[in-house]
Amino acid sequence: MHMADALISPAVGGAMWAATGVVAVYSIKKIQDDLDDKKVPLMGVMGAFVFAAQMINFAIPATGSSGHIGGGLLLAILLGPYAGFLAMSSVLLIQALFFGDGGLLAFGCNVFNLGFYTCFIAYPFIYKRLINKGITAKRIFTASMISTLIGLQLGAFSVVIETLLSGKTELPFITFVMLMQPIHLAIGFVEGLVSAAVITFVWKERPEILENASMGVAIGNVSIKKVFIGFAIAVILIGGVFSLFASSNPDGLEWSMYKTAGKTELEASTRIHDILSTIQSKTAFLPDYDFKTNESEIVTSTDIGTSTSGLVGGALTLILLAFIGFGINVIKRRNKLSVK
Amino acid sequence: MASIMNSLYNMRLLDDLSQKDTFVHRLHPLVKLLATVVYLTVVVSFGRYEISSLLVFLFYPVLIFAFAEIPVVPILKRLFIIEPLIIGIGILNPIFDHQFITFYGIEFSRGWVTLFSIIIKSGLTVTSALLLVATTGMDKLSGAMRMLKIPRIFIMQLLLTYRYITVMMEEVARTLRAYSLRAPNQKGIHRSAWGSLAGQLILRTFDRAQRIYQSMCLRGYTGEYNIGRQSPMNLYDLLYLTVWCLFFIIARIYNIPFIIGSFVTGGI
Repeated sequence: MHMADALISPAVGGAMWAATGVVAVYSIKKIQDDLDDKKVPLMGVMGAFVFAAQMINFAIPATGSSGHIGGGLLLAILLGPYAGFLAMSSVLLIQALFFGDGGLLAFGCNVFNLGFYTCFIAYPFIYKRLINKGITAKRIFTASMISTLIGLQLGAFSVVIETLLSGKTELPFITFVMLMQPIHLAIGFVEGLVSAAVITFVWKERPEILENASMGVAIGNVSIKKVFIGFAIAVILIGGVFSLFASSNPDGLEWSMYKTAGKTELEASTRIHDILSTIQSKTAFLPDYDFKTNESEIVTSTDIGTSTSGLVGGALTLILLAFIGFGINVIKRRNKLSVK
Repeated sequence: MASIMNSLYNMRLLDDLSQKDTFVHRLHPLVKLLATVVYLTVVVSFGRYEISSLLVFLFYPVLIFAFAEIPVVPILKRLFIIEPLIIGIGILNPIFDHQFITFYGIEFSRGWVTLFSIIIKSGLTVTSALLLVATTGMDKLSGAMRMLKIPRIFIMQLLLTYRYITVMMEEVARTLRAYSLRAPNQKGIHRSAWGSLAGQLILRTFDRAQRIYQSMCLRGYTGEYNIGRQSPMNLYDLLYLTVWCLFFIIARIYNIPFIIGSFVTGGI
């Protein structure tokens, strides 16, 4: 479910970074208020555990396939929502940096989809409420199953919304939803089963870990209202700022609308914008506005000369690149040899 | 099992590469972090039908590969593992985009253009993120994040996670090896051992965290974590950042490959 940089727009990425930042700062403040300095090493090592444990294959009976744990809910249950959220963020950041699994610009989206819904929605509103009546194996099973399913469904839906808002895919909303939600229902079901088994084991062996957590000793209570208000402000601010930027930007949504309509509002905008659009209309290879016509109509790239320039230029750029890359390598090697 | 050992190898490789001593490695970590962020933002800001303008952005990874002496094959290998996951979402574009274009007499769905654009973008973004770590290393990168005023407590647990990932992966690999020796020819962990296998690991992790905390206390831990002083930026660092940012902005505004092409074909 990790989103990549290539599939998001700077506006969506920026807004989700801001939202995640707000939740992270709030979580850090909460942890500092707890004054529990034992917590930090525990968060660090538990994060590392989740990272490694995600690679364990749990065989699903009678199917031949296997499932994994996601980690968000498990971290919330064992560390509390604030510490769990931060630990999950670290895991995702390391995955992005070392494995390219989920991008750096998409980091905010990923933390939100995989950490926020599990730690701040599924955990306090479902898991904790069901468990509050007293821990039993049955309640652990029900609570982990429902909260994993809901956490994953929300995350998957969020992926759909973020991808569609970024406008990088042609998938219609309904098709995308119909693809994502059922897949994650199946994944969530297996993850729920595994989580329930693991939590039940920990409860039987070391009940104090879960009891401390569910009593809120090292957790504090979630003030979801504050989190949400901060989150909303951050999204609106950053989304707004980026959208403004996009409207003066040659490839933004507004600009392509303006090119399609060929007039209105933006025509009256700054001179720089006009210059940029003139340059862009002269230079863009396979520019989108060329094709914005009726659905059924087959559009031809009218200016073959333009396409040729693009093709030739692209090829020359690549050749130049290869030449420079190899050139630097050869010079470096020669220098090293001469030093020896 | 194999995936754990691969991940372990991958992390150690990037760690080793970050210890090299080249001009790129010596640059200030904050400068490299900022250049990467600007690069990613600019690449991602291109519209979905853009292909030729993006090609010029290959200069950044190619120059870093060359100057920082980073081996190309392991990074590309990682990219090829990741790429299908990204393409998975774009692969349906040619089916869902009902508009067609003809190019030199060949008619195809416009979705192919968007798909190809996604492939290039994902290649550029994933490579640049991996190169950032391969030329900077996690410790220095954390120092740069600290300079950006990211709270100390977050950096500290991030570094602890990073440091213990290899330890935990080795532990998980040992546990899985022991399990597979006792349960041969079995694909994955049997349902009867789901709870106990992962649960035991969790309990061990709690105990380990306790021991780590105690040893940190013995070494004078008071809840603060000192990452060490960052050296200040010098003129070269600023120049590096400025030159790249200027290049990214120019390449964002002007379609450089097209200009080269027009010049050669006499299109201008």
